[in-house]
Amino acid sequence: MNVLIDKFDVFAGGFWLTLQICFLAAIGALILGAVVAVLRISPVPPLRAVGTTYVNIFRNLPLTVVLFFAAFGLPALGSNADFLRIPGLDSIFSRLGTDLPYFRFGLIALVLYTAAFVCEALRSGVNAVPPGQAEAARSLGLTFGQNLRHVVLPQSWKASVVPLGSVIIAMIKNSALVGFFGVVGDLSQTADQLTSAGGYPFIPVAIGISVGYLIMTVPLGALLDRIEKRQAVAR
Amino acid sequence: MTTGDPLIVLDGVNKWFGPLHVLDDVSLSVGRGEVVVVIGPSGSGKSTLCRTINRLEPIDKGTITFDGQPLPAEGKPLAKLRSEVGMVFQSFNLFAHKTILENVTLGPVKVRKEKPAAARERGLALLDRVGIANQADKYPAQLSGGQQQRAAIARALAMQPKAMLFDEPTSALDPEMVGEVLDVMTSLASEGMTMVVVTHEMGFARHAANRVVFMADGQLVEDAPPAEFFANPRSERAKDFLSKILTH
Repeated sequence: MNVLIDKFDVFAGGFWLTLQICFLAAIGALILGAVVAVLRISPVPPLRAVGTTYVNIFRNLPLTVVLFFAAFGLPALGSNADFLRIPGLDSIFSRLGTDLPYFRFGLIALVLYTAAFVCEALRSGVNAVPPGQAEAARSLGLTFGQNLRHVVLPQSWKASVVPLGSVIIAMIKNSALVGFFGVVGDLSQTADQLTSAGGYPFIPVAIGISVGYLIMTVPLGALLDRIEKRQAVAR
Repeated sequence: MTTGDPLIVLDGVNKWFGPLHVLDDVSLSVGRGEVVVVIGPSGSGKSTLCRTINRLEPIDKGTITFDGQPLPAEGKPLAKLRSEVGMVFQSFNLFAHKTILENVTLGPVKVRKEKPAAARERGLALLDRVGIANQADKYPAQLSGGQQQRAAIARALAMQPKAMLFDEPTSALDPEMVGEVLDVMTSLASEGMTMVVVTHEMGFARHAANRVVFMADGQLVEDAPPAEFFANPRSERAKDFLSKILTH
């Protein structure tokens, strides 16, 4: 078990990198997922079709395949995903700005994949709002956007937050795949480094990285339970 | 009662829900200041008829004009038209996350861009008028059904509509609360508001309506002043309907 103490800095570094990619991917997926959800419930049929197609593609493909497309397809198309080298942001999240693009590729794949699930979680919340609410808002002359903003979304949020949390927890676990698509030094790739290159025994290393993931996911799950309990009281 | 051009004109309106012909060639015109009560057995299409007037239900064939303009397609012009037509629902549909006063001021502030203070003042006056000024800061779930429906009427009136649509406004209420809602509607009618009212309240139809429209199987079967309709219904369908509801 000495590896946990001797190589604590390596574990901590892996934890920090995984936390970074998860934080960025969660924000990206929430934004993109919200956009896709608005498309899917919009009154304009072509926009609805775009949203539905997006969800059908990214919800039904394995994340591994999406990562393949990001890590090998984007370079083949000549893209280094340089649009993610956002000035300012890349000083906090240094991997965003590196010449090696795999952190950005992994981030793109996670965002695209997770956004489909975020969309569906948001939409299930919208569907939980009685249709009469939106009808009353339309009858007053509120536009589609005003209706969402002032009537539907404030009420759908309650029903969305717990499924959204589950989506983010799943995303944190899914992020373990990016280490196998060129992202060096995240929590899961750390295991590979320490066992194959460092020669450390497998089980203690696996326990170390498991603890790393649990530190991220368990508090999030506990937070969701609290939110759920508070809603039960409010109801 | 009727002056000038009619406010609402339905001409040859047809609508299908799948194979169900829910509105079968319905033509109806409602004059300014007129109160038209629509009655008929359930499933006769009367609620659907009411909901087509502000295009909550789009129609498949025919034309509907409001204040001289054909109903626009979905978008900004339709939103503007809807803001001029008040609607009151069977299930109240008050915004559950907003207080009664916020329910009443949302439309004026967001759609009409009124100053919040002015909208608030007018909202309170409207709540006072429907007799629930003391409930302004409560949430819908804290009110009785009758109070909620009166709040919903105030919410619709806050937009200063040219016409009001009532879709079975008392059908979800306890019997003792029906009166308080009908009182508000009767006073609106006597002030000259143009109203289309789908209801089972025959008393209201008798004393507040200018015309009674009877619907059955998606068709508009009779259209007559209430005294005439209740005394001498012409169609068998209407006679049958009235005999069933008036014997008890």
